[in-house]
Amino acid sequence: MLKSLKTLHRRICQLPIEKVVQASSANIQHFSTEYDKYQIKTEFEGRPLYLDAQATTPMDPRVLDEMLPYMTAQYGNPHSRTHAYGWESEAAVEKARTQVANLIGADPKEIIFTSGATESNNIALKGVARFYGAKKRHIITTQTEHKCVLDSCRALEAEGFNITYLPVQTNGLISLEELDKTITPDTSLVSVMTVNNEIGVTQPITEIGRLCHAKKIFFHTDAAQAVGKIPLNVQTMNIDLMSISGHKVYGPKGVGAIYVRRRPRVRIEAIQSGGGQERGIRSGTVPTPLVVGLGRACEISQQEMKYDHERIEILSKRLLDRIFGELSHVVRNGDQVHSYPGCINLSFAYVEGESLLMALKDVALSSGSACTSASLEPSYVLRAIGADEDLAHSSIRFGIGRFTTEEEVDYTANKCIYHVTRLREMSPLWEMVQEGVDLKTIQWSQH
Amino acid sequence: MVPKSQILNLYKSLLRESQKFASYNFRSYAVRRVRDAFREFQNMQDPEIIRNKLSEAYKNLEIIKRQALISQMYQSDKLVIENIPRSIKS
Repeated sequence: MLKSLKTLHRRICQLPIEKVVQASSANIQHFSTEYDKYQIKTEFEGRPLYLDAQATTPMDPRVLDEMLPYMTAQYGNPHSRTHAYGWESEAAVEKARTQVANLIGADPKEIIFTSGATESNNIALKGVARFYGAKKRHIITTQTEHKCVLDSCRALEAEGFNITYLPVQTNGLISLEELDKTITPDTSLVSVMTVNNEIGVTQPITEIGRLCHAKKIFFHTDAAQAVGKIPLNVQTMNIDLMSISGHKVYGPKGVGAIYVRRRPRVRIEAIQSGGGQERGIRSGTVPTPLVVGLGRACEISQQEMKYDHERIEILSKRLLDRIFGELSHVVRNGDQVHSYPGCINLSFAYVEGESLLMALKDVALSSGSACTSASLEPSYVLRAIGADEDLAHSSIRFGIGRFTTEEEVDYTANKCIYHVTRLREMSPLWEMVQEGVDLKTIQWSQH
Repeated sequence: MVPKSQILNLYKSLLRESQKFASYNFRSYAVRRVRDAFREFQNMQDPEIIRNKLSEAYKNLEIIKRQALISQMYQSDKLVIENIPRSIKS
């Protein structure tokens, strides 16, 4: 029985969708009885496909190749000045610094290695706020920032700083006029992320940079999702501080960087005390292998940016065309134009997101940020863009990366279409919608 | 001028070594990237650029050889799409 089900399932995944939909009503019985939670693994054979490029990316083999010598033979402390082990590690770290700087148009002296974008964001927000805290006590950020920016702001609020959380429009972008109005003489820092991790929208960084530059306010951007994927230049975009993450650019986990402008100088109060490495801003021995990996990852991203972007655009369009071609009542969250094509956030009406994710066990997807994926709460980003509660609950993020193939996209689209259709067939709400009932007009029994 | 046979040989070994990646995603990427790179420069006449690209390709060949080996040493299960028989695929 199990074996026949497996083959049936495999067949279904590959059939053209019309056939699947025809067959699905007959098979629903099987799915609901046989595929209980203890047997969910029998639904697929083999590892799930990876379509969660916003959570993390696999390390590029070229990056690992660069790192391995520093994990084996060349283990010197880059801060040891008295021997060759130290010198070779230091040279490697400085080369990596140049590679990171080149990618964003900065000077190598302006790059400080950290443990990741979370630490970079903490240093940027708390560091700037505290250093200039005696004179300026206002910080502006947006409601759709990453948790670590919002949480740093909460911590600053507790220290007595005033924080403005700018709302976003329904397309996920902030309004420049609103930002302009919010800036006061007391404002020390504006922090707006470049590419949103959940809905992929790209904020108007150049315009925000120009505005902040004109008003002489520091501008920080969390570019973890953007670095290496879209062209960024700290000079032309007037960025004063930028957070970079290693594992979002096909580099190693546990490493990141922060760009801190030198002219005009942005001063920062260090959070971590210690040996004064990284110009005193981030004490602690620099992890040579990780930093070398980050540097190489940035170099590759720079060389491959055009190639990768063209490909991701094609795959993204392929996925969207398939899904929108076969399914109705699907909403793409976030702006269609000002967005990074590798991050697609879709809401499937009348389908519960978690059930769909469970059904799509053989594709690694997420309903939003990995940090919040444990909770069943709808994402705060989707709430901030004003998505209806039910749509916010039914959202799924598709992350396409350098190593995603056409085959994977097709499989994902087919499975997604099949399961959305199947789940909708079971939904009484969907039935009512098909009969032409407007769900919003229904008076549900009060209790 | 670099002889055509040398370039062809390099191209073939790059493809052959790329096929050895145990990981589906790295394998398909390597093969695709090699093909696309050679296609992009197939009509290139500038000997300077050709020389640079060739030395880059030889470096990449070494990387692919080493990394394909590592990929074979730390294999994981095959992906779900690799396990679908060809007969059903079409």
